[in-house]
Amino acid sequence: MAADGLTYTIEDTANMSTAEIYGKVLIELAEKNNDIVGLSADLAKSTKIGQLAAKHPDRFFNVGIAEQNMFGMAAGLAKSGLTPFVSTFAVFASMRAAEQVRTDIAYQNLNVKIIATHAGTSFGQAGTTHHCTEDLAIMRSFANMTVIAPADGIETANAVQAAYNYKGPVYIRINRGFDKQLYEKSDYGFEIGKAVELHPGTDITVIACGVAAYNAADAANILEKEDGLSVRVINMHTIKPIDKEAIIKAVQETRRIVTFEDHNIMGGLGSAVADVIVESGKGCAFEKVGIPDEYAIIGLPEDLQNHYGFDTNGILAKVREIMGKDFEEDEDWEDEV
Amino acid sequence: MALTEQEIQEFNKKACQLRKDTIDTVYWAGGGHVGGSLSMMEIMVLMYYKYLNIDPSKPQWDDRDRFVMSKGHAGVGYAPVLADKGYFPFDMLKEFNHTHSRLGMHLDGNKVPGVDVSTGSLGHGLPIALGLALGARLQGKKWLTYCLLGDGECDEGSVWEAAMAASHFKVTNMITIIDRNRMMIDGPTEDVMKLEPFVDKWKAFGFIVKEVDGHDYNQLVDAIDFAIAEESGPVVIIANTVKGKCVGFMEDNYQWHYGGLDSEKVTECKECIDNYYCEI
Ligand SMILES: Cc1ncc(C[n+]2csc(CCOP(=O)(O)OP(=O)(O)O)c2C)c(N)n1
Repeated sequence: MAADGLTYTIEDTANMSTAEIYGKVLIELAEKNNDIVGLSADLAKSTKIGQLAAKHPDRFFNVGIAEQNMFGMAAGLAKSGLTPFVSTFAVFASMRAAEQVRTDIAYQNLNVKIIATHAGTSFGQAGTTHHCTEDLAIMRSFANMTVIAPADGIETANAVQAAYNYKGPVYIRINRGFDKQLYEKSDYGFEIGKAVELHPGTDITVIACGVAAYNAADAANILEKEDGLSVRVINMHTIKPIDKEAIIKAVQETRRIVTFEDHNIMGGLGSAVADVIVESGKGCAFEKVGIPDEYAIIGLPEDLQNHYGFDTNGILAKVREIMGKDFEEDEDWEDEV
Repeated sequence: MALTEQEIQEFNKKACQLRKDTIDTVYWAGGGHVGGSLSMMEIMVLMYYKYLNIDPSKPQWDDRDRFVMSKGHAGVGYAPVLADKGYFPFDMLKEFNHTHSRLGMHLDGNKVPGVDVSTGSLGHGLPIALGLALGARLQGKKWLTYCLLGDGECDEGSVWEAAMAASHFKVTNMITIIDRNRMMIDGPTEDVMKLEPFVDKWKAFGFIVKEVDGHDYNQLVDAIDFAIAEESGPVVIIANTVKGKCVGFMEDNYQWHYGGLDSEKVTECKECIDNYYCEI
């Protein structure tokens, strides 16, 4: 059951883009909670925070194309006792106004919720100025910031509600358009900082977030049927604070981990997972898949997922490759630090 | 100097064709920023067929004039101009936005010949243009830098930071043009974030301001000639335009900032464009 009692099923969300679901949840939350205010920078329509504007014009500020001012204003609104939800494209939330987010919001530990749309390469045709493959790395490095990358619309509904019920700055990155529906219902136990096991497994663990989570679950089913492989799939929706327990358990029980994300492989989910593995002192075969350290090509999001290897086929191929490699499994944990 | 009747006819022919090429490109691309591409076309025609000292066979020629498309989302209207100038084959437009294409919504200077600066994030163009202009001045180069901005774009603080610096450094080799179509994404500029008194703002930042009809070649030419000749400080041309110019259902309609077109709509758009040019 979601914290505020707002539950959704796959039927409710089937015909809604992920951002539309966000807009709907936000107006429902705003109905009950007068402290909620909204801000956007000439992207009210595109990010769907405009739904709040339509319902409560007095509780919404469109600041024009001025992201730095917007995040500074959000800090002030939070200091006045309100709970601002701020929406623009992820690239502008995380980079155009990065210092305002860090110094005005995160440093002062203010209760601002940033719901950033068009994340990763979900606006693939728009090119590098609108791709956002750096935000997880940037936001993760801001102390006090909670960072969430929901896998689909239902998880977005959960994350937005959880963000409201949590005190402090939260960054949620969602995709442009429609996400494949991973969850059928919203009551699967979403909690900030707690990973969700999508598929049990003992041979290898796939850790994914955002669009890659659905693809990973899809791949695990195929690998079970076609290859007889037992692939654990973890949806790591919260990048920070990361679920260390789930990672260490995966290290111990599967000894092979591979991460998939729509983000530069430097600094994002894969790096966050790697930090935990390395600090655990346990041996583990490990690989990261995402956008290599380059600016992504132009194209349809699904083509980019395929190109960079985090669609179902890419995940299948990578798991098969890792499972085909010799990997010395050391059963003796006692000799490790 | 006033244009001859023949020159105006040639520019009209060009603008008519480029507007139709833009419509086709929006269709091939599966959608695009059509409104702001149509509003800027007279300015683009004058830039590329009268003013810019460029050589499409040598896109990197050192002494070329520079053009900064600060309203980078207008790539779908910019690319047809570059194709027409011969920077790349016309057929490349058919791959606009397609996977692995070199042409995406916001043109990438490292992929598209003729594009001097990669843009798409608003408020970046004027600071870069200013750097180019100062660089030319410092190195004793004669080439000029032109910068085209959106009006909504002028909400960005960085535009005014650059404006302040341009007058502070007395930059006179940069020509700033604003496509004042009075529309942005979420509505009219004056409803979303008031820009007026716009002329006074630019004046207060130390610019000489020329306000013109941005679809009138002679008015534009007068203003650009003035800006090139002016030696006392930076000049900005506020070109009053109509978003979606020439296509009735798009004109002055912010809902057509970005949109997709099916083949029927493409035909309708082209008819509108032809009608407009028949009448004038
Ligand atoms: C920094 C930044 N914020 C937001 C956007 C998204 N965006 C693209 S076009 C646009 C509206 C631009 O309006 P205007 O400058 O008036 O352009 P025009 O009407 O000429 O198309 C916005 C907000 C962006 N590209 N860059």
